Amino acid sequence: MAVTEVRISIHPDGLSPKDIAEKIKEQFPDQVVDITEFRDQVAVIVKRDNIVEICRYLHDDPHLSLDHLQDITAVDYLNKKDVRFEVVYNLYSIRYHHKIRIRAQVPENDPEIDSVVPIWVGANWHERECFDMFGIVFSGHPDLRRILLPEDWEGHPLRKDYPLEGPEPDKDWPGFTEVLKRSKELREFEWEG
Amino acid sequence: MIQREAEKIFETRELNVNMGPQHPATHGVLRLVLDIDGETIVKVTPYVGYLHRGIEKLGESLSYFQALPLTDRMDYVSAMSNNIGYCVAVEKLFGIEAPERAKFIRTMVGEMSRIANHLLWLATHALDIGAMTVFLYCFREREWILELYEMICGARLTVTYPRIGGVRNDISQEFLDSLYKFTEEFPSRVLEYETLIDQNRIWLRRTKGIGVISAEEAVNWGMTGPTLRGSGVPYDIRKHMPYDAYDKVEFDVPIGTEGDTYDRYRCRMLEMRQSNKIIRQCIEKLPLGPVMADAPKFTLPPKDYILKDMEHLIHQFMLITKGPIVPEGEIYVATEVPKGELGFYFVSDGSGKPYRMRVRAPSFIHAGCLPRLCVGHLVADVIAAIGTIDIVLGECDR
Repeated sequence: MAVTEVRISIHPDGLSPKDIAEKIKEQFPDQVVDITEFRDQVAVIVKRDNIVEICRYLHDDPHLSLDHLQDITAVDYLNKKDVRFEVVYNLYSIRYHHKIRIRAQVPENDPEIDSVVPIWVGANWHERECFDMFGIVFSGHPDLRRILLPEDWEGHPLRKDYPLEGPEPDKDWPGFTEVLKRSKELREFEWEG
Repeated sequence: MIQREAEKIFETRELNVNMGPQHPATHGVLRLVLDIDGETIVKVTPYVGYLHRGIEKLGESLSYFQALPLTDRMDYVSAMSNNIGYCVAVEKLFGIEAPERAKFIRTMVGEMSRIANHLLWLATHALDIGAMTVFLYCFREREWILELYEMICGARLTVTYPRIGGVRNDISQEFLDSLYKFTEEFPSRVLEYETLIDQNRIWLRRTKGIGVISAEEAVNWGMTGPTLRGSGVPYDIRKHMPYDAYDKVEFDVPIGTEGDTYDRYRCRMLEMRQSNKIIRQCIEKLPLGPVMADAPKFTLPPKDYILKDMEHLIHQFMLITKGPIVPEGEIYVATEVPKGELGFYFVSDGSGKPYRMRVRAPSFIHAGCLPRLCVGHLVADVIAAIGTIDIVLGECDR
């Protein structure tokens, strides 16, 4: 039978997240802004300029081999930090069982960062969602469109200055008003009784 | 001569076909635009978002306790696993740990939900491909599991049974007896489904060599769960980053070799048996003790304590009105839900609400892989490809 059942054991060459953070700092000393640790999870805060090089290093280096991109998302630190946005990459190595988090700073006035789709194809939809929800532009992305919201939606809902109920809670979405209008027009063809 | 004449009259061109969103085989509201050349797929463009409810934005406006029921509504087929994923992540953020008994119960119900999910997946996948008989057999056992759910918490689908710091209530001996009976019966039932389709010639023709993806590529696309393991990558979070009681039970991880639809089907069938094994071990090893963590600053106290005790009343009041005081920080915790890797990323700013709540939904990433799996196959194989990645659009769109 082609499908077999296996036992998984931890690879002995796995690195602790702190070691990985040190390695990144060694490799890109002028790019790393800060290293934070919380509950055994380490995040490396970097500048956005060389994000593709950093990711390629993490993906291709034989001792790191962080091949599984768990997640890309963004956080809006409005009035909390000097740099408003941070794009967060959660990486994991299936071979070595170690992980690291990269946070790239993206300023408010020019929300743009290079796309990592050439490294991980799976980043495609994550980045589209980020663009949809935060308005961060991923340059070099093959198909940067809105994904979850309609194409004609205005604003980026997960930004902190976007109200929970939308900017105009009483106003319906234009697509919906169109449907209502159309159903009113067609009412004369309805069945009697 | 006739052919040449015909070519003059009928020109061949690529056709643009819209599939969905209201298509019964898309498992919800998924819209695909297919570019087809004759019967062959040239390009697939998925459109998602029809079920978008803004769960991430809602989660940021609610306290940690209030956001829990939202997670049932993501993957409504296996709500229990989603709840567990959320609770494990929040517990790690709070720095509390569920008691041993609660961990075993959560492992148990998590595996029950895996079986229930795989049964629904098998039923609909087989139905889509044309093996109609399997459908009702699968629903027979799924119904059994849903009845067991009802015994422990009164709900069948949107359960909200696991809680931050444990589970809502203890389970009864009566429930354990009926669950044990289920585990005794279930392996023979899996065999029943297999006799129906495993060697079925139509089934083999429809699944073997369809939607093939190699191991490296599957990892690069971000696939997880049985969808990835079908390609032969032994990545299972229950083994890699054990949570709850998974490090205390024994089980194997089935992996495929070919990476086609058939291998993914086999992986899920074997996984059901492993889940059954885990449930058995959980029943046998279930320790005694409390089912809620003793952390009054983070978990809601039991109701009868609140009525008698001033301290607990104060804690309850503070937790409900202000929410727990959470240390500042950020955390990403992944759990293995039936569909793949469900990750929760929380950023806490020290208040009672998450500053940022991010859900990494496996269905969302798998739906993104559809173009890769479909191109070059026939239109009918799109249905097989949608089935094999096991997506639920409620989770995909969140």
